[in-house]
Amino acid sequence: MDDLLSEFLTETNESLQLLDTELVKLEQNPNSPALLDNIFRVMHTIKGTCGFLDLPRLESVAHAGENVLGKIREGELTVNATRVSLILECLDRIRYILATLEETEAEPEGQDTDLIPRLENLVEVAEGAEPVEDAAALDEQEPDWGSALAESEEAEPELGGPESGEPEPDWQEAARAPQPGEPGGIDAPAVSQSLPAAARSREVDVEQASQCPPCAPHAAPSGGAQEGAFHPNAQEAPRESQVASQSIRVSLDLLENLMTTVSELVLNRNQLLQILRNQKETDFAAPLQRLNHVVSELQEGVMKTRMQPIGNAWSKLPRIVRDLSQELNKKIDLRMRGEETELDRQVLDLIKDPLTHMVRNSADHGLETPAERLAAGKPEVGTISVHAYHEGGHIIIEIGDDGRGLNVEKIKAKAISNGLTTESEIGNLSEQQILQFVFKAGFSTADQVTAVSGRGVGMDVVRSNIEQIGGTIELASRMMEGTKFTVKIPLTLAIVSALIVECGGERFAIPQLSVVELVRAKGGSENAIEWIKDTPVLRLRDRLLPLVNLRELLRLEPPEDDGVTALLEDAKGAAKGEGGAAKAADGDPDHADTKGFIVVSQVGTYTFGIIVDQVFDTEEIVVKPVAKILRNIPLFSGNTILGDGRVVMILDPNGVASSSGDITLAESEDAVSDKQRQSAGDEERVAMLIFRAVSKAPKAVPLALVARLEEIDMKDVEFSNGQRVVQYRGHLTPLIQMEGAADLPEEGKRPVLVFTDRERSMGLVVDEIVDIVEAPMNIELAGERSGLLGSAVIAERATDIIDAGHYLTQAFADWFHAEDRHADKTSTGKRVLLIDDSPFFRNLLAPLLGVAGYDVTPVDSADRALELCDAGESFDVIVSDIEMPGMSGYELAETLRNKSRWSRTPLIALSSHASPKDMERGRAAGFRDYVAKFDRETLLDTLHDMLHDDPNETRGAA
Amino acid sequence: MSEGRSLTKFSGGQLVAATQGTQDYVTFMIAKQLFGIPVLQVQDVLAGGNITCIPLAPKEVAGVLNLRGRIVTAIDVRLRLGLASRKRSDDDMSIVVEQGGELYSLRVDEVGEVLNLDPTAFGRNPPTLDPKFREFSAGIYRLKERLLVVLDVDRLLDYKGTQAA
Repeated sequence: MDDLLSEFLTETNESLQLLDTELVKLEQNPNSPALLDNIFRVMHTIKGTCGFLDLPRLESVAHAGENVLGKIREGELTVNATRVSLILECLDRIRYILATLEETEAEPEGQDTDLIPRLENLVEVAEGAEPVEDAAALDEQEPDWGSALAESEEAEPELGGPESGEPEPDWQEAARAPQPGEPGGIDAPAVSQSLPAAARSREVDVEQASQCPPCAPHAAPSGGAQEGAFHPNAQEAPRESQVASQSIRVSLDLLENLMTTVSELVLNRNQLLQILRNQKETDFAAPLQRLNHVVSELQEGVMKTRMQPIGNAWSKLPRIVRDLSQELNKKIDLRMRGEETELDRQVLDLIKDPLTHMVRNSADHGLETPAERLAAGKPEVGTISVHAYHEGGHIIIEIGDDGRGLNVEKIKAKAISNGLTTESEIGNLSEQQILQFVFKAGFSTADQVTAVSGRGVGMDVVRSNIEQIGGTIELASRMMEGTKFTVKIPLTLAIVSALIVECGGERFAIPQLSVVELVRAKGGSENAIEWIKDTPVLRLRDRLLPLVNLRELLRLEPPEDDGVTALLEDAKGAAKGEGGAAKAADGDPDHADTKGFIVVSQVGTYTFGIIVDQVFDTEEIVVKPVAKILRNIPLFSGNTILGDGRVVMILDPNGVASSSGDITLAESEDAVSDKQRQSAGDEERVAMLIFRAVSKAPKAVPLALVARLEEIDMKDVEFSNGQRVVQYRGHLTPLIQMEGAADLPEEGKRPVLVFTDRERSMGLVVDEIVDIVEAPMNIELAGERSGLLGSAVIAERATDIIDAGHYLTQAFADWFHAEDRHADKTSTGKRVLLIDDSPFFRNLLAPLLGVAGYDVTPVDSADRALELCDAGESFDVIVSDIEMPGMSGYELAETLRNKSRWSRTPLIALSSHASPKDMERGRAAGFRDYVAKFDRETLLDTLHDMLHDDPNETRGAA
Repeated sequence: MSEGRSLTKFSGGQLVAATQGTQDYVTFMIAKQLFGIPVLQVQDVLAGGNITCIPLAPKEVAGVLNLRGRIVTAIDVRLRLGLASRKRSDDDMSIVVEQGGELYSLRVDEVGEVLNLDPTAFGRNPPTLDPKFREFSAGIYRLKERLLVVLDVDRLLDYKGTQAA
């Protein structure tokens, strides 16, 4: 292709992208002269160059568009959506012609009689200065297109004529136009989109002048000479020529070649360094170190030339969103942040489409119509935000909307009907896991999805595209609040950091990006491999990690001295017989210790372990594609040459994961990050105080129950009324020990947990305070012994949760009346709302009721309870305190009686005043029953009776 | 060093005979049969080399090796021709060819001399030839004492149709 033409095509395509963005901006700020000037100038440049290259069809289209823009600039036409649409249509036509030009080097056949007359009509409207709304005008004039067509054909020869006279006045004007904030330097040949259009179009022209002599006659008058002649501000001219000389166009092929060469150099450098490491004293050391630095700098520099701002990938988004908002009748505000974030152009090309797709999805399915939004109490204009930033060698791109979110129920139904899962399985899946179904192939056709979840058109493709480049995609969605996709991609594909491992005598590289952690598997230690039938698994903290034996997967021969096999055999033995455990533990410790590592890897949301023999260090490797005949092995993503010169295969964690089982659905809740886990709500974390008393086994009590931690000297302990007491702040505080504890010594300090409620406090003497941890308090084994609520796993250890209430009654006989005896534990799943302003009681009663099988939601005020009511929660029974700051229990009861939603939910009053008069008042207010605050047994009995005698009146929100 | 020892570097058309019409072939032996590959297709001849095995690859793929910073895929021509494999030794010789921008090293029993052959001595494959040989042979040269099979490198490396599981 003609150099001149190809240059023109590149430039014009860039200009068009810019125009798209600018036009949308113009639509939002119709009165910005700076914007208009930019747009006009770009369009004019296109037209001018067309004339020079003899492209009549393109020129006539650009000319018509330019005329309209000219009228708008002169204030004879106002900006509105229809007009902008028409200009955009004009741009699309230019694009179409350019595309054909690129393919055939000739303009496509045909006329633009459908477009040009409409543009000309607009101009006529302006010239006629008739204040006619142009949409109407267009409609009226539609029948006249025939005549307009004739006119345009007449006009054609004129247009084809020399343009030379015309650009001059325009360029004068352009040169005089104010250009605020023009940057002084441009660093990349592919000019960033964020640069002001003025600087850009200028650069394009000057560049042409300096680079392609044939166009100098044209460009010189318009760009260089004129500027000097007409520009009153002489300072600006040299600065601009500087800009031009600072950037050159370099072909991509050249850059790619350069990159490959540098890659080779990096490999050679690595090899030299490897040799250097083995040679203690050599004269090469110093020069090699310098070489090392230079190569690193060179590598960095060359990588930079490949970097492009991510804004290039999403410069089309404003246009797409604008078109969609018109098409769908939605109001959409597109917010883009971090356009300047740079990444490798190879990566950029690959994420362009997935990005566009996700934004389109958000606009199409995520956001509601303005009416729906208003009805939901949201602003009429929906927001789609795209945000890119760097984070530790990766680019994070977040695409979010504030739309309706994904409908979990519909996804469930769809997943079941598609056969992706079954009813019984889906019950065990967390919401996060269910959301993962949108990445499944079955969710990909538009029809189904719009009907089902309103989301997920081709999300499987988006996901696989992103995973192809070693990236990950995560999804978070909340009903009515919106959806957010988080994409994490590597900065570059060419050089990656990889972990070198060995298995079956062969070395492999695993991209560091997907490696989460390394675990050394030891027989008999905490990190032993265990077996479920023939499937190896590893207990890793609080989860079960599926393992993949790389040797089996790759069908490698076991080497003679085989650590892993021995290790696995040991583990098998341990699982099978009692003797095996002992053998594994003390049999051959060296054997198990020296070998066997687990590379914990993450693919998407799926975490699994790869069993390898050895782990070496990490190396920067240059990824090279494997030979064609090996491409069908999914386990390898490429190969590379290591520092010592040997070739290793690069394992593809995606391939490893999918060859080892069906993982497209993230089966693991491990994927749900801790943050999400916390926000999930059903596993609320409670701060627990862990201590030791009586035995070595850890014990815990909710920290909120503990008022203070004290160290009390046993010398200060006195006896009163047969009980140990200590004087503390003028009060006598009874001291209690846990049952079965050894007698307290006469002297020495001991830690004491002080429980306080109102004016009373008591101390529980313990042996040692261990820690405070945040953990979900899932009491798994309800305690039969008095003083224990049960056991829970806290900080990976079985921990007894002590029942503070039990000890309180020991200190004050009247603190609670009854002995601790748990009532019916079978009535699981009933939801109880507990309202009490005292954190002490909330913390005391919530676990108590929890153990009894109720699902307790504690809140601290009547107002909070009403909020829950409004939020659509429903409960089987409400237990409320009477004396509370703000709204009292009586008032709450009355309010609830009048609310439709909870009017039928039984209410139980909880009060320290249990006189018959109080009870009467409570009944009048609507409480079904009245229980003394300390009478836990009665409370449990009452709850039990109420929920079982009255099956018809359980759920209030029926 | 792990790189293969480069015995000969065939550079460009240096060795192409001046005589018109004749062609130069790098000859090699496999299972006592003489083969030839046009010299212009040959990049290099290697002896030994540290080959990295590729698990799960077709069995004819002996592995990959590093040739001056480029990764070369090693093919065991014996297996490709349906012959039994030989025990690998450090002296195994390979002929490096380029196909589709990728380098392959063809492992053979022994590399011989470069012969300048007269096209009049060239003939088609006898139809009775073993199917594997027929598939990869571009024709036969009748030399004085023996026959030379011209190996069709493109077909030898085309795994699309023939790849066995």
